Amino acid sequence: MWAFTIRKLIYNIPVYLATVMIMMMLLRVQDPVAGKLSKNPTQEEYDATKKELGLDKPFLQQYGLVLYEVATWRFHRNMWTEPGVTVGDKLRTAVPRSLALTIPALMLTTVISIVIAMISAFNRGRWLDRTLVFFAVLGMSISFLVYIIFGQYFGAFLLPRWLGTDVFAIYGYESPLKDWRNWPYFMLLPVLISVIVSMGYDTRFYRAVMVDETQREYITTARAKGASQTKIMFVHMLRNAMIPIVTRVMITLPFMVTGSILLEKFFGIPGMGYVLLNAIDNSDFPVIEGFTAIFAGLFILSIIATDILYAVFDPRVRLQ
Amino acid sequence: MAEPSPILQVRNLQTSFKTDRGMVTAVDGVSFDLFSGETLGVVGESGCGKTVTNKSIIRLLPEHVTRYGDDSRILFKDRNLLTLTESQMRDVRGNEIGMIFQEPMTALNPVFTIGWQIDEALKYHTKLNRPERRDKAIEMLRLVEMPNPGKRIDEYPHQLSGGMRQRVVIAIALCCNPEVLIADEPTTALDVTIQSQILRLMDKLKEETGTAIILITHDLGVVAQACDRVIVMYAGQIVEIAPVRDLFHNPRHPYTRALLDSMPKPGITGHQERLPAIEGTVPSLFNLPSGCRFHDRCQRAKSDCKETLPALVSITENEHAADGDQTVQHGVRCFYPLEGVKS
Repeated sequence: MWAFTIRKLIYNIPVYLATVMIMMMLLRVQDPVAGKLSKNPTQEEYDATKKELGLDKPFLQQYGLVLYEVATWRFHRNMWTEPGVTVGDKLRTAVPRSLALTIPALMLTTVISIVIAMISAFNRGRWLDRTLVFFAVLGMSISFLVYIIFGQYFGAFLLPRWLGTDVFAIYGYESPLKDWRNWPYFMLLPVLISVIVSMGYDTRFYRAVMVDETQREYITTARAKGASQTKIMFVHMLRNAMIPIVTRVMITLPFMVTGSILLEKFFGIPGMGYVLLNAIDNSDFPVIEGFTAIFAGLFILSIIATDILYAVFDPRVRLQ
Repeated sequence: MAEPSPILQVRNLQTSFKTDRGMVTAVDGVSFDLFSGETLGVVGESGCGKTVTNKSIIRLLPEHVTRYGDDSRILFKDRNLLTLTESQMRDVRGNEIGMIFQEPMTALNPVFTIGWQIDEALKYHTKLNRPERRDKAIEMLRLVEMPNPGKRIDEYPHQLSGGMRQRVVIAIALCCNPEVLIADEPTTALDVTIQSQILRLMDKLKEETGTAIILITHDLGVVAQACDRVIVMYAGQIVEIAPVRDLFHNPRHPYTRALLDSMPKPGITGHQERLPAIEGTVPSLFNLPSGCRFHDRCQRAKSDCKETLPALVSITENEHAADGDQTVQHGVRCFYPLEGVKS
């Protein structure tokens, strides 16, 4: 398995190099210098800015510099939107905030969806299944914004009135590192909204996977052995369904660092979603370039990890 | 040969399913006894109720669409299995009644080792600890003549051949020493040499453990090789029940006769006429004919066959029958059975 992992990593190095190169070429199609300048710059101002940004250097040298940044994990260029702050510093503060929201949301969504999907699949065609599917479709059909507005109204306005105490923040963020109670206060409501939004789709996806599994012969063998319904669902079926589950979870994993633009915007959480939206809006060249280089790497790593997990969960997958 | 009291008694079993087109009765009034140490064959065409009968015994049918008749009883060790709760039934399954299946390729869970899968049954039904269970699993693999059991136990199903997988399925079914083993077409998916090995293995295990076997098959060759008594089913009912010798040499129901005639006979080669087939098709369970269910395909049918359903009656001429030995009883559901042949 180690040999497989190392070989996979080596195979993917050219893929990564090509991705970064194409990304950098695309970013230079429209002169990035113009984004930084005032409306009517003189030629001297233009040249000075270009030099300051390092864009006067040959492309390959710039390319090497970006790769060097990734390799040393030090993104030392200054942001345009927040002068004086390096891209690296920004990532270090914003990414954990996004992860504090997206990772619990992903875990909760996955676990809850799988459990509901299994119950649904085992009662296929009966009223319980139909009710669950009805709510799943309903849940995924309602706009994200409706949940946010309702969530804020209910969780941050009505609930405190009924309970007489503040439960959720409607807006804002403070680090849970200072006080752990900051996490539920600022993050729990967005996490719950995120779970409810994704649950409908995930439940339907996992239900389809589980329905396939309920029809397999090994279920009958397990029942004939005397296995209980719970054992069959959570031991026999779950392990067999791990391939589609792993695929689905792993493909969303890199997106955890990008955060949720809508949630961060509405709840005022200064995470990556916030930073990226700002950067794209203002053509913040160093942030976009640095972040894209990191994201491409994460994506490739998650695909490799997916392959390895396949072999962990299914002995028929051989890693040679 | 057999002990006088049956280990399992099926009485007037009626199994119906709720479907979109209404209730359909797949098994209608099946009664038979199973004695310790015997192999009882159940034969018939696809859809005649063989599998439903046996899945009813071990209650593996989807409960929410299955209905059993009010006076249906499956008596096993002084209990009516049809009235047990699901958790009581779990203690019976794999413990007192084992079951093996048609498709060894898919019957095992592909992501667990075969050792784990045998261990699971032992975990549910015995008080053995982990190392003892592992020893027992290896012992079971040795019993089913698995080569190199100590190594094979840690392998996955995909690493084994079809015949070896069926041996594993048998090992799982037998590891808790069940009194009854239900084998649903255990050899159908295997090639002929492996088929014969598996049948011989089941026979050997029956001798060693005294387990009674219900062997479901549509292959009369398998019946001849492996069974002591045979039930012939047609459209959800038993049409004939007889010791295996009587069934082959002295079939009394026209359907049984037709089944035997449609089987190629060894030894006759060259210019034999085409094998006779049974005219018509099995009636749909949604639209059963009145009277005898076989009458529209039967050459001997008379007018009363179309109106009244004949009962399963004993026609035993064997001298032991007078002693009340049920294992030699020959029953047939026909108004005009074929002439008996004096042996």
